[in-house]
Amino acid sequence: MKKLLLAVALSGAAAFPGMASAADYKLDVKGAHAFINFKIKHLGYSWLTGRFNTFDGQFSYDAANLEASSIEVTIDTASIDSNHAERDKHLRGEDFLNVSEFPKATFKSTSYKAIDEDSGELTGVLTLHGVTKTISFPVEKLGEGNDPWGGYRAGFTGTTSLKLTDYGINYNLGPASTHVDLELHIEGIRQ
Amino acid sequence: MIRNTRESYGWLAIALHWLMALAIFGMFGLGLYMVELTYYDAWYKGSLDLHKSVGMVIFVLWLLRLIWRMNNETPDELPGPFWEQLLARLMHVALYAVMLALMISGFLISTADGRSIDVFGLVPVPALPWRVENQEDIAGEIHEWLAWGLMALVSLHAVAAVKHQWLNKDRGLMRMLRVTQKS
Repeated sequence: MKKLLLAVALSGAAAFPGMASAADYKLDVKGAHAFINFKIKHLGYSWLTGRFNTFDGQFSYDAANLEASSIEVTIDTASIDSNHAERDKHLRGEDFLNVSEFPKATFKSTSYKAIDEDSGELTGVLTLHGVTKTISFPVEKLGEGNDPWGGYRAGFTGTTSLKLTDYGINYNLGPASTHVDLELHIEGIRQ
Repeated sequence: MIRNTRESYGWLAIALHWLMALAIFGMFGLGLYMVELTYYDAWYKGSLDLHKSVGMVIFVLWLLRLIWRMNNETPDELPGPFWEQLLARLMHVALYAVMLALMISGFLISTADGRSIDVFGLVPVPALPWRVENQEDIAGEIHEWLAWGLMALVSLHAVAAVKHQWLNKDRGLMRMLRVTQKS
């Protein structure tokens, strides 16, 4: 009997490798310890940076089971902020994000390949401007541990470069500005 | 005569009327044109700067015109039924109101993030100390509607003037073109 129980437990663990000790985290958007920034070259002479102010998401991460890591983020596209109202208005308009038609951008990971304990490659499905594509990009864990207020946190960073025309954004910003870098700096609180 | 009389507008009112008419038509055309310009058009930035600067100048003209109108007599109503006279008066109020709202909405787009408007790079007009969320989007929407609305009102206003001049033959248009002395 004991043997049987052990066998069942083992097979269960094998069938659901992520279940055993996966930890679920919620992005700390309330405390604003999560940032989704972008940067794009202006004329090829400098970087223009901005961010999305409103988004939410959660991730699963367990140092003991890295491959089971996953993340899901939803961005409110209208919250784009490049510190210039006229430009933001243009970015929200039909030339760029067309936020009235595509108010949300989403990313949902499908797999994670660990390189070592603190870095790996995340693959997932990004929907932006109504276009859905599978992308992969490197991510890095900065750290995890107890916070001073009784919680437990983990933080990551990841950057990917998106070609604007891949997502149906065809406005000509010049030859140096065909791609936008999207940077995620996120911290989650373990649930 | 600089001042209005009961028969005709004075030359200052006439000058302000046509100067603003010219500027507003120009601004409407410029507005439609500039939003179609793309990033690499040489006038992409300049057209907007000009639009904002001229808008601020028109605001000053608007104020002067209103003050002048309130400190002057207005020529007598043109002969016609009561409802036509009332309509004409309402139209004038509407034109003033829509012009003002149009300029305010434009101002609120450009100052939505607290930036000032540099009138011809010379005079900075500061933003209001408070703003609402998505101000540039809301004000932009309103600005576009009002621009078309003003053009509709102006068209009716012009048709009415032409009707008075040539159908009613009561010099309706003439009194905004030439100062008439009492004979």
